[in-house]
Amino acid sequence: MNGPLSLATIVVALVLGVWYVIRCALNKAPSNTDLWSMLGLGLLVVVLVVVAIVGLFGPDRPADWTTFVGYLITTIAFAPVGVYLARLEPTRWGLLILAVAALTLPVLVLRLQQIAEVTSG
Amino acid sequence: MADNPTPTPARPRDAAIGSGLGRVLLLVYGIFALSASARALVQISTHFSEAPLAYLLSGFAGLVYIAATVGLAIGGERGRILAFVSCSIELLGVLVVGTLSIADAVAFPDDTVWSHYGSGYGYVPLVLPFIGLWWLWRNRPRP
Repeated sequence: MNGPLSLATIVVALVLGVWYVIRCALNKAPSNTDLWSMLGLGLLVVVLVVVAIVGLFGPDRPADWTTFVGYLITTIAFAPVGVYLARLEPTRWGLLILAVAALTLPVLVLRLQQIAEVTSG
Repeated sequence: MADNPTPTPARPRDAAIGSGLGRVLLLVYGIFALSASARALVQISTHFSEAPLAYLLSGFAGLVYIAATVGLAIGGERGRILAFVSCSIELLGVLVVGTLSIADAVAFPDDTVWSHYGSGYGYVPLVLPFIGLWWLWRNRPRP
């Protein structure tokens, strides 16, 4: 859970989040590039979640695994839902929706790491 | 859309669901409604006896966020009242619980969204009620 993959996800999500905020401030609407980048981030999250699910069957599975699985489902749903909502809102505020989604993902990944670390064993 | 001849649906002018910025606000409120209620559900269903007060508060906070989200979304007179009451409870909650959780850590052994002024959630719970109330004020009915 605590590998370069999580770090990459967090960094990409933060960079995208800042990018979306800037674009929103410039009064742009979500472009196809914006939406596809978010889906790319979603793909990264899918890989991360698959790795985490494989870890669930390993020797040190998180003791608090209801919470862990709940977070996994929320995390995997975040980017697609963000893209869906942003497509419904083709104005600058669609970009802010993408920004909120992108900036929440690092928090979710960090929480997943915490749950995996603190309670595993 | 401005010269759309069909009659527009009777949605209150101040319904947050009807404007872009309002939708972003609803998204953030929705995220908090979800995270507070989901957390409370897990806490209450798995280890309620450890900290009943904190977990009941979590559950209450979750309900308040849901009420605020709905109130802001629908707008109109009822929506405004619902949103105003729940945003005020949120503001009071985050201030009172935040203070108590620092002053009396024994009563709050496990965290709620409002503990330590919402520091576990990046202080967003402290800012959110102000934004909700600002939204209501910005869209106040004018004669």
